[in-house]
Amino acid sequence: MRSIRQRILIVSAGFGGLAAASIVLAPLVGSTTIDLARALDRSVPFSENTDAQILFIARLPRTLAGAMVGGALASAGVVFQGLLRNPLATPFTLGVSAGAALGAMLAITFGWTFGWLGIPAIPAASFAGSISAVTIVYGLARARHGGLSTNVLLLAGVTLNAFFSALILFVQFLADFTDLYRMLRWLVGDLDVASYQPLATALPLLLVSLAVFAWLARPLNLLSLGPDAAHTHGIDVRQAQRAAFFSASLATGAAVSIAGPIGFVGIVVPHLVRLLVGADHRVVLPASVLFGAAFLVCCDVVGRTLIAPVEIPVGVITAIIGGPFFLWLLLRRG
Amino acid sequence: MIKNRAAAIAGAAILASAIAAQQPPRIISIIPAVTEMLFAIGAGPHVVAVGTFDDYPPEVRSLERVGALLDPDLERILALKPDLVTVYASQTDLRQQLERAGIPTFEYEHAGLADVMATIRTLGARVGRVEQAEGLAAAIDRDLDAIGKKVAGRRRPRTLLVIGREALAIRGIYASGGVGFLHDMLSVAGGENIFADVKRQSVQATAELIIARRPEVIVELRAGDIPAAQQKKEIAAWGRLTSVPAVASARVYFLTDPRTVVPGPRIAEGTGLIARTLHPEAFK
Repeated sequence: MRSIRQRILIVSAGFGGLAAASIVLAPLVGSTTIDLARALDRSVPFSENTDAQILFIARLPRTLAGAMVGGALASAGVVFQGLLRNPLATPFTLGVSAGAALGAMLAITFGWTFGWLGIPAIPAASFAGSISAVTIVYGLARARHGGLSTNVLLLAGVTLNAFFSALILFVQFLADFTDLYRMLRWLVGDLDVASYQPLATALPLLLVSLAVFAWLARPLNLLSLGPDAAHTHGIDVRQAQRAAFFSASLATGAAVSIAGPIGFVGIVVPHLVRLLVGADHRVVLPASVLFGAAFLVCCDVVGRTLIAPVEIPVGVITAIIGGPFFLWLLLRRG
Repeated sequence: MIKNRAAAIAGAAILASAIAAQQPPRIISIIPAVTEMLFAIGAGPHVVAVGTFDDYPPEVRSLERVGALLDPDLERILALKPDLVTVYASQTDLRQQLERAGIPTFEYEHAGLADVMATIRTLGARVGRVEQAEGLAAAIDRDLDAIGKKVAGRRRPRTLLVIGREALAIRGIYASGGVGFLHDMLSVAGGENIFADVKRQSVQATAELIIARRPEVIVELRAGDIPAAQQKKEIAAWGRLTSVPAVASARVYFLTDPRTVVPGPRIAEGTGLIARTLHPEAFK
């Protein structure tokens, strides 16, 4: 029997290799063909080097966005599933994405063009929206119980999702129909960021979340036995739940502000990883970050090459893979 | 022609029944392009209500609004007792409801540039204004020909025609594909659409495709009041794509005139605006 440290190392090395390989290889393919030698040729000025611009302005930020968003959503999914003790929970179950979507829809409908600390209006509004949703859900869950009841959290999240969806429909109704396409496009999710700036903005938030996730691994293992059992093992249940809720929401909000609400990554990846490495959060969490990154990067490669030059949004690819997977999970469980 | 004649007879019938009832025909148009056509062929006085997005000619601003593509207000349409309602071809529900109420409809669909003239002629026949419609369609054809002649023989710049994108970012870009009136306008105006090979009205253009296809001119069509400072900022957002010839040579333009995006009687003027943008020297 290997020690837990060894297992974490082996699993991380394996999934890390997969993630690294996909991040290195994905920028080499796309809807057009580029000459890699010319792209990396320093003697051609960057401002005139089309191949280099495709590689460094179009493909690399896009691949990195896929890795960040995939890793964030997958690990946030693990944390939400652990927190809610519900295998069907996703990063979007508690209303974070609905809040983000409402913010983005408002920005599109009313043509907001302000920048906030250099962040364009749509990602800024979507992040603000997810923060509001998180605050409301947390407030509701606390008001009822003093502590955090996962049942109340779930109910509050589901209700808020429904309410925000209604508001989104209302906002869409007010929108000009040329904006409706852009809304739909945002809601499907898209990684074509064409800039490093949104990634740089989201990175600190994601790093904070990942640091909290690392600390959460053991409490989540004990929480899976139930709050009372966790308490007898010396866990401050309320503190752990709060940390899990806020860190996973933060990671989700940051990911959605980059790429919109890309569905199914947060449920497909955690379950696949558990099938491969078991249920110990100390192994599942790092493995999900790495496998989530590889998974989304690969889905995006499929999306941008399958019927090029027309592109299939990555959210459509993950949904096509994720939908049937979700059903399979449901049936297997039943 | 037979179709046109049948339409003319139907149009005459609408008018005849209205005259018999001692009332002018009442027309509702919820499609901006068709509303403009009705006014341009002299049927304006018969228009009793328009759609949410109609704002030309100025006469329509005082007319009642009855919704638009996604939210037609059937109740108000019926209450206005129209003799003819123009609807989008995709509004099948509305059409059926109106048919059930015995109200004739005129179906419209966004298509190519030539279809604008065809629609004007069919519409003219439908409302009993064949001659005016013929005159208008011929005039637009003439104007388009004149633009084509002005730019003929000049090098046709490879052009990206943007119809929408996210504010201040090179993201979520919708561009004109290789079919539809926008593509046709660009072609008449002396530009080569970089997405001519994509046989769809609109293309979701990624950064990669735009860099790879190297447009020499980028024209953004944004009907609306956009302050000059905002336009400047939006144009600057392209600055990162330095290898794109249009960016390197500062040939990125904003056209905010609604004539460029409404496929109605002013379409030749809109085409002229694009032509002046692509070939300023031809219009000196």
